[in-house]
Amino acid sequence: MDQKTLHKKQDQLAGSEYQLKVLNDDEKTGKKLTRFSEKLSDIQLFPLKPVALDIFQVNMGKMCNQVCQHCHVDAGPDRKEIMTRDIMQTCIDLIGQHQFTTIDLTGGAPELNPNFRWFVEEIRKVNPTCKIIVRCNLTIIVANKRYYDLPEFYKANRIEVVSSLPFYSASRTDKQRGDGVFEDSIKALGMLNEVGYGIENSGLILNLVYNPAGAFLPPDQNSLEKEYKTELKNKYGITFNNLFAITNMPVSRYLNYLLQSGNYASYMEKLISAFNPVAASNVMCRNTLSIGWNGYIYDCDFNQMLDLKVEAKDSQHINNFNNESLKKRNIIVNQHCYGCTAGAGSSCGGEVAS
Amino acid sequence: MKTYYNPEDLKKFGTIGEFQKPLADKFFDYYGEVFKDGALTAREKSLIALAVAHAVQCPYCIDAYSVDTTEKGCTEAQVMEAVHVAAAIRGGATLVHGVQMMNKVKEISM
Repeated sequence: MDQKTLHKKQDQLAGSEYQLKVLNDDEKTGKKLTRFSEKLSDIQLFPLKPVALDIFQVNMGKMCNQVCQHCHVDAGPDRKEIMTRDIMQTCIDLIGQHQFTTIDLTGGAPELNPNFRWFVEEIRKVNPTCKIIVRCNLTIIVANKRYYDLPEFYKANRIEVVSSLPFYSASRTDKQRGDGVFEDSIKALGMLNEVGYGIENSGLILNLVYNPAGAFLPPDQNSLEKEYKTELKNKYGITFNNLFAITNMPVSRYLNYLLQSGNYASYMEKLISAFNPVAASNVMCRNTLSIGWNGYIYDCDFNQMLDLKVEAKDSQHINNFNNESLKKRNIIVNQHCYGCTAGAGSSCGGEVAS
Repeated sequence: MKTYYNPEDLKKFGTIGEFQKPLADKFFDYYGEVFKDGALTAREKSLIALAVAHAVQCPYCIDAYSVDTTEKGCTEAQVMEAVHVAAAIRGGATLVHGVQMMNKVKEISM
């Protein structure tokens, strides 16, 4: 498996402009695809507006110990863009001033940021009751002994852990996330279970994320969750709370995979034919703000990777955070948004229309 | 028409109603009901469909249910075992007629 990011390889798909060009180029699909904005217009949802500002999602940087094939961030060990302490301090101030219900920390591997623990503890100080989610890739916990105590750290700060495990078998997981990732993930899950994560009545939530290892859509979330629970418990003694089934977005490395494998046109057609109006009305960007490693504000993590900053011109950076402008803004949509509205829908919390 | 089978035609399956809508509607309603979770799970039904698709050698159905079983979380080993079930039944169906053949041969032999 390729261990270099598109960025490192100086691939043209590393650039957001080129990705947007591909997504809007009908020659790539051989036919004219309906624009996402037209689909929203058909159901009176265009322009798409926010309903609340509940979730404050912070992307702490592109650095990661893995190079997953489907990664929309193009994260990897060769990425050096990570959030500075100053930017984090501004985030902490905003969290203290506003009533966000959820602070969602993602990356890359957020734990690789040297100020990660300080950031979490400060968030907890300014908002003792909010939900703090860390999107942990699991393997970071066993990557080096300095991370072995992460489960205890999460527990001490009442963190909700959300972790990717694309399948309950090694072959399919490793194909997507790299050789040995499944084995390390099982080890890390065992360490999380040991401190109480995913154990009934412990109050410590461990949710897993399924995403398809190929050019296909996720199945029914509830049915798959039952299978995951049975297989992981019987084979490895692992327990967890909920499974989130997430659709792969045609952005960055997954877009590259689709183009390289000749699946791009059929995947886009599949997403469009599975467009679900209920999922469209519940998309996560309607109650989420996504903050980039350098402090810019986006409608979601995918728009962030496509460098589509929020439309509110006076509030595109956390230094100029304007709650009222952000609430009134039009959410920026493009062809990749079909990934969130296909079938039962998809968000960082799994299905949205089940 | 250059070929008898065209992958693009699978997407047009729903258009068979153009020539006879009431029957097509009844068929698709029935089809949808059949594949819902019931006494068998939707996943189990998809594996059966994949096996039958191979038995009846329908390229459209093989295409559709290779994707559907994969989306439903079936592993490579599971989908191949389903095809082996179809192969075993087809092979067995041929071989079991050997008994009829043997009966006839014995009937006409001294």
